[in-house]
Amino acid sequence: MPDVQLRDVDAGYGETLALEHVALDVPRGSLVAVVGPNGAGKSTLLKLIAGLIKPWRGEVLVLGDAPGAHARQVAYVPQAEMVDWAFPVTVDQVVMMGRYPLLGPLRRPGSDDTAATDNALERVGMQHLRHRQIGALSGGQRRRVFLARAIATSAQVFLLDEPVTAIDPATQDDIMDLLGAEAAAGRTVIATTHDLACAAECFERVIAINRTIVADGPSSIALDAAVLARAYGGHLLRLDGGRVLVDDAHHHDAPPAHERHFHEGGRDS
Amino acid sequence: MIDLIVDPLAYDIFLRSLLAVVMVGVVCAVVGTYVVLKGLAFIGDAISHAAFPGVVAAYLMGGSYFIGAAIAAVSTALATRYITRRGNLRSDTTIGVLFAGMFALGIFLFSTIRGYVGDLFAILVGNVLAISPTDLVVLVILAAGTLVIVGILWKELLYATFDPLGAAASGLKVELLEYLFLALVALTIVVSLQAVGIILVVAMLVTPPAAAQLLTVRFGRLVTLAVAISVASSVIGLYLSFWLDVASGATIVLTQTAAFLVALFVGPRRGVLARRADTHHVPVPE
Repeated sequence: MPDVQLRDVDAGYGETLALEHVALDVPRGSLVAVVGPNGAGKSTLLKLIAGLIKPWRGEVLVLGDAPGAHARQVAYVPQAEMVDWAFPVTVDQVVMMGRYPLLGPLRRPGSDDTAATDNALERVGMQHLRHRQIGALSGGQRRRVFLARAIATSAQVFLLDEPVTAIDPATQDDIMDLLGAEAAAGRTVIATTHDLACAAECFERVIAINRTIVADGPSSIALDAAVLARAYGGHLLRLDGGRVLVDDAHHHDAPPAHERHFHEGGRDS
Repeated sequence: MIDLIVDPLAYDIFLRSLLAVVMVGVVCAVVGTYVVLKGLAFIGDAISHAAFPGVVAAYLMGGSYFIGAAIAAVSTALATRYITRRGNLRSDTTIGVLFAGMFALGIFLFSTIRGYVGDLFAILVGNVLAISPTDLVVLVILAAGTLVIVGILWKELLYATFDPLGAAASGLKVELLEYLFLALVALTIVVSLQAVGIILVVAMLVTPPAAAQLLTVRFGRLVTLAVAISVASSVIGLYLSFWLDVASGATIVLTQTAAFLVALFVGPRRGVLARRADTHHVPVPE
């Protein structure tokens, strides 16, 4: 049975339909990139699988049941804009948060949790900065820390919203190596990305969406002009020699009114 | 000098007030730390004003003002969240509507009273030196109950505050925690009404954690410092108000404000000490 299944799902926010007729099977151990233009519904797809929003129609199954039924087996990493980086927590505290749902309200973190946190920080190469406030790190380092939080949970399904957006190439390579290792170890990894080259090179499978799935196949389709034309429509420029240019600067989808977003230099909405 | 500190302790009413402001100081700082981190300062102000009609109604019916205030404050706090979600509105819009509506109801009820309303005036501006032994017992029980709940759920509240989406996806009942937290804010405000009054209670919630935020970037230390600043300011403020024979609530809040300004201008993160103890908030190169 696939770890993640969607059957003819429609979903959206308020009155706005963001995704329709989405059908998808993601087997255990997959390394999947979700690509598509702004507003295509990439984040919505991840939120559906994470159980953060409910489908309007159709069915979502995660590890065989409705999303949320096995929530401790799911690690979700939001987009950087969803996090208040001025928050007074240190790197190790952020990673330890991944352990909180496993502990329950009355138990304090113990030696198992410290070991899991240490191990996760080691894997992402952030041990030396463990006592830094999270906002004192660079963008790439912050992504590493959030990946460490996912690793520390020992979850089966990793859902990452833009894990390699707007970070330096070295960190991008490291993060993709780590995600590849997690998938090789049997975890199911689904990540949204704006970076088509990265999707093509570093993932096994690419799902291109634009309100619905327009293509789903081996990662090479991320650079297929016909697929991109369907996913990106008018934002695509065709250049000589089969090269394509995608005019799609990163910006997250319009959020629901009650969500708080944080951008560098100040608070937004 | 010693006499100035010891002499007031001979009065029962001063001892009761001292215990009251210490309890209020602790619970406000602990709950207020989350209020500040969640960006809910405005909600704190709204909930305190929303308690007013409950206080007036309790007065009219001859009941305990604690119960009236608690019902009005908790129900408004929960309604704020519910209406925001239900109407898909921005929370400041909902707060603006409910807060003004509830306070108007309080003033409406207040204006029906003919005669002496001194007790009610104390709830608006606070007069801890008038606290009765019964009120003190209720205050201590409510404050202790609030602290126990936060003590049990501090991790969950922290995760849900820092990353509500990540926390919800991993199985924390973030929505439920949000409602529970608003109820705790409402109870904290009710506990604090006698000490500082409706109009100033938001300062008790926000100012000590805000001052502490200027001093540390670690969550545990933030709570500890907020409690220390809050309790110290409350005790100093109470003594000052006793010595100078001025309003206790205002004096406590002014003391807290002074502590905040000291942290701002002298503290290690933003103040004059920043240059020495720095490197902590500078981004690290890759």
